[in-house]
Amino acid sequence: MQENILQLKNISKSFDGEMVLEELSLDIKRNEFVTLLGPSGCGKTTTLRIIGGFATPDSGQVIMEGKDITLLPTEQRCVNTVFQKYALFPHMSIEENIAFGLRIKKKDEAYIKEKVRYALELVNLMGFEKRKPHSLSGGQQQRIAIARAIVNEPKILLLDEPLGALDLKLRQDMQKELIRLKKELGITFIYVTHDQEEALTMSDKIVVMNQGYIQQIGSPEDIYNEPQNAFVADFIGDANLLAATMLKDELVSINDTRFTCVDKGFGTNKPVDVVIRPEDVEIMERGKGIFPAIVSSILFKGVHYEIIANGIGIQWMIHTTVYYEIGSKIDLYIKPFNIQIMHKPESEDEAVNHEE
Amino acid sequence: MKRKYIALPYLIWMTAFIVLPLVFVAYYAFTTKAGGFTLSNVFAIFDSLHIKATILSLGLSLSCTVLCLLVAFPLALVLRRIHLNHKGLIIIILILPMWMNSILRILALQMILSKNGILNMILEWLHLAPVEIINTPAAIILGMVYDYLPYMILPIYNSVMDIDQDLIDASSDLGARFGYRLRHVILPLSKPGIISGITMVFIPCLTSFVIPDILGGGKIQLLGNVIEQEFITSMNWNLGAGLSFALLIFVIIGLIFTQKHETKYKESRVW
Repeated sequence: MQENILQLKNISKSFDGEMVLEELSLDIKRNEFVTLLGPSGCGKTTTLRIIGGFATPDSGQVIMEGKDITLLPTEQRCVNTVFQKYALFPHMSIEENIAFGLRIKKKDEAYIKEKVRYALELVNLMGFEKRKPHSLSGGQQQRIAIARAIVNEPKILLLDEPLGALDLKLRQDMQKELIRLKKELGITFIYVTHDQEEALTMSDKIVVMNQGYIQQIGSPEDIYNEPQNAFVADFIGDANLLAATMLKDELVSINDTRFTCVDKGFGTNKPVDVVIRPEDVEIMERGKGIFPAIVSSILFKGVHYEIIANGIGIQWMIHTTVYYEIGSKIDLYIKPFNIQIMHKPESEDEAVNHEE
Repeated sequence: MKRKYIALPYLIWMTAFIVLPLVFVAYYAFTTKAGGFTLSNVFAIFDSLHIKATILSLGLSLSCTVLCLLVAFPLALVLRRIHLNHKGLIIIILILPMWMNSILRILALQMILSKNGILNMILEWLHLAPVEIINTPAAIILGMVYDYLPYMILPIYNSVMDIDQDLIDASSDLGARFGYRLRHVILPLSKPGIISGITMVFIPCLTSFVIPDILGGGKIQLLGNVIEQEFITSMNWNLGAGLSFALLIFVIIGLIFTQKHETKYKESRVW
């Protein structure tokens, strides 16, 4: 059990009477890459701003290495932030930008020079010292922003959608860069994004948030394969999200068709939500699957085809590498362990409050 | 390019009311009454009589500019932090005087500051000693500040409001306390507004003659008053034009100086 570097305890925050975070608690371990993932307005950025000291919670505590830092001003915290829009000082050179924090700490110039050189090397922008921020591309500016943060050797690096403004290819390159940086530096990263793919690629731990509540905390695999509720299932990746009835342990009925599954302990004849990933729906010849279906549309998506097929009164989304004509009569099959059963929320409030 | 012709009215306007008058000023400045060429009108600014007015003009304008700056910049910082709804109202109140005639306002100020004026009435009522501020350089500075403060506030307010909050957050994130943030981030980023404000206050102050006339009681001669007298009272257009021309050179030097400090990291010019 690694020690917690940061703990959020029952954090609540509202803006203009509107609740943004409600009783949020979260533990972050040393050296973890934690991603706060959720749609806009879910409270992920507010959480990050509270950790960075840019916002004060209405109630609750921020504990860093055992010390309460809830009211500690930003400039005294051992965290540094990489902002979404880079926030490089336009009137300073790259060297001055990176050295900003070190000059405040009154480090000697030789040390600063060495640090700046090291940081530029780390982000692959050697020789940019004398340039001005506006002469750099977006991706380069973001690397400088990262360099400016890490020279201060923060215990935690906060990243607020740092790749949001970059195009796809650059974003993918930067994702790899960030993973590499994280490994080389050995510091805790707290990363905010609304991009589920980014979260799945980079994180050790994903915190899925919605409407100010934590929906699920887990490894990328857990979050993807075993979403705890319909929101998580729907937000992470494509999903066939279905209402169903749990007949008994390991047997679920979807639209009166029975499927064997592996989940237990939901009781008998209980209404549940079921999530089945499109790549887990297998197409078979007529008579060989669980139920018949007819292909109603097919889209080429690059790596796979996305097929919509109608069967047992449901539109199934299927990912497959095999082409099927529209109108093809097929059977569908789903392996028991690919059927993920989730509790149905009992009330509107519980729909978003699934923290245990 | 037919669109060029749209600019024609302005071209005529500029020629008739800006370029031609300047040409006339230059002509009178470099000629004697008889019509011969001379530099003495322009260099007359260094005469002991005129140099005193020049130095006083520079001194008072500088004081006024500094005072305006000291009021406007902190005000802009405060306004930046205030909640959005009230900001517009405060700015309107501050620039409200701009919509009234300047001479009218200065005359009102004269009433307030005069020996038996409103200020001294209030002081008397409070059992405090009366002040004799009218007809002193202090009264002139007060009038100038009163008159030109909005021209300092507006550009500074605009450039302070334009600073991205992320930049200020970033600087505190990197460990900068308020003083350091102010010196290394907020001030440098407000520079376009500050320079613009200085230009818009210092130059009109330097050339003003109504304010010193009314609040100085005609006893304090600024360069503007000297020029006015040469034209109106002495009817010596050549000397008046020469002094104006010398003043114009001061102004141009000032503009070049401020311009040089600008455009360091932004392409846009202030004015």
